[in-house]
Amino acid sequence: MPARNSTAALPVAAGGGVLRLRWPFRRLLLKGGGDGQAESGLKRAHFRDWRLPFWLLAPQLFILLLFFFIPSIRALIQAFQLTDPFGATTQWVGFQNFERLFRSSVYWSSAQVTLIFTIAQNVLTLSLALLLAFASNHILRGRGVYRTVLLLPYAIAPAIAGIMLAFLFNPRVGPVAHMLQELGLDWDPNRNSWHALSLIVMASSWKHICYNYIFLVAALLSVPQSILESAYLDGAGPIQRFLRISLPMITPTLFFLIVINFVYGLFETFAIVDATTLGGPAGATSILVYKVYQDGFVTLDLGSSAAQSVVLMALALFLTFAQFRFVERRVNYSV
Amino acid sequence: MNERTPIIDAVCHLILLVGAALVCLPIYFVLVTGSLSQQEIMRVPMSWLPGTEFFANMQTVLSTANFGRLLLNSFIIAAGITIGKLSISVIAAFAVTYFRFPFRMTAFWLIFMSLMLPIEVRIVPTYESAANVALPLNILGSWLGVQALVDLDWNLVNTYSGLILPLIASATATFLFRQFFLTVPDELCEAARIDGASPWQFFRLILLPLSRSNIVALAIILFLMGWNQYLWPLLLTTDPAMANAVIGLKKLMPRGDSLPTWHLLMNAAFLTMLPPTLVILILQRWFVKGLVDSGK
Repeated sequence: MPARNSTAALPVAAGGGVLRLRWPFRRLLLKGGGDGQAESGLKRAHFRDWRLPFWLLAPQLFILLLFFFIPSIRALIQAFQLTDPFGATTQWVGFQNFERLFRSSVYWSSAQVTLIFTIAQNVLTLSLALLLAFASNHILRGRGVYRTVLLLPYAIAPAIAGIMLAFLFNPRVGPVAHMLQELGLDWDPNRNSWHALSLIVMASSWKHICYNYIFLVAALLSVPQSILESAYLDGAGPIQRFLRISLPMITPTLFFLIVINFVYGLFETFAIVDATTLGGPAGATSILVYKVYQDGFVTLDLGSSAAQSVVLMALALFLTFAQFRFVERRVNYSV
Repeated sequence: MNERTPIIDAVCHLILLVGAALVCLPIYFVLVTGSLSQQEIMRVPMSWLPGTEFFANMQTVLSTANFGRLLLNSFIIAAGITIGKLSISVIAAFAVTYFRFPFRMTAFWLIFMSLMLPIEVRIVPTYESAANVALPLNILGSWLGVQALVDLDWNLVNTYSGLILPLIASATATFLFRQFFLTVPDELCEAARIDGASPWQFFRLILLPLSRSNIVALAIILFLMGWNQYLWPLLLTTDPAMANAVIGLKKLMPRGDSLPTWHLLMNAAFLTMLPPTLVILILQRWFVKGLVDSGK
């Protein structure tokens, strides 16, 4: 019950925007947009013209049609076709691409790498962001400065984050790699697959902690001061208040961030892999998105690439649903 | 609350200092390495202090790697995505919230669906679409047996429109605006209608000025997103002069036995991350608002 109030009442509610983004989804999905709900999301004061809205919607719908709907449908179709690399002949092969894919040990090892990578990245990102958010919520002076500095990675491209860390950890020239070597660790991400994997985990977390941090800071700000004060009067210290009150109250944000981190790890880390390890050594960092690209554009195995796209689409859909499901249950919409 | 917790305060500052240091360390090394010469880079251990070659390296990067052009491309792509996405989104959101017309919910649904699949999962067919935008017409033509349609060719590879258009095909911005419009008081629209304003006048004179802060916040996020694009420019540019700066960096990355020109790479990396970093530093407050509001 308290969680419900906390998220609904805040100015910069933790993930409040996200919730707002989701609510039409729920309505449309559960009620089908029919039964008198057809006018949901329509202003009471509105216009009845039908030509103007047509022209207002046309640009967006046209671009979506060309670059979203047609490609998505074609990905679905291609997954059931076999096309030779030059695109000369196309043959309908049913589920053969999927059978081949699920029998391929390379694909399963890529899936395994992706799983390890996304989980490690999620744990590292969320725990560090939580620590930083707690710290900046507790202190009074210097908040703004810390926040500004911690925001910087958001501005920096994932590929650059990868390149920077690849340099710091480069066994020949990297200063951090030298320190590791002096500590007796034979560090070499070009040959050791665990080293390569930890490199991309570090790079992607470095880039993404700031995002988690912003949402957690906003969520912590939204915990009602009165509850924290009464806990203080009851003798609870800052850490106890954080663990017993703040943390349970921001669980919707935590779940939201976990899902977002999986989306990020699955889809947005392509640049980090491509700029640093190129999927190597020996496929150790060849995560699923990278493999779609490699099979589609490097080895030109279009059928397999399309089948992989479909698997990833299913994952993306699942995560979108999870995202709104997790947040949905705990929130009351004030719209 | 008047609480005195000196030890926890100190620990918190320590945590934040370590966090800030971990953020700054790689950025600092970009600056240091970008200002060293080739010999200084190969020295072990490498210098922790900046060298004197920063502007010499910058000149090399701008001339030999054609980085000036690449930075300009990045700017055009980022600005194109920002302006394109904002303008098509704001009018689409206006249409679905302020008009009653047939198939309103269908249009709404179609836009909504585009939130679900990121471009990364449909790269091959999206590439095919961009390589020949007339492809759907051709397919239709071959079904119908109309020969004239089958040979249409409209190639967007190596063009700015090809780099921009597919990236504005998602509807996050539309939903942010729609959400904002729903919070605008109905009285404003009623008053405008009583005064005899046309929908277009209402939009331009009342709705747009009210949305200014949302537009700025979203513009920052979209600009950063556009500037940092990687996968799509990688696919869609075969001509090195049409790539963006981030792709240019990949090409400068020392690999295998080539001469390890890390100083040039880091110098170029500094140039590439400077504009978005400045955007965040200057417009920080707006940016945070936009980020937390849009959930993207």
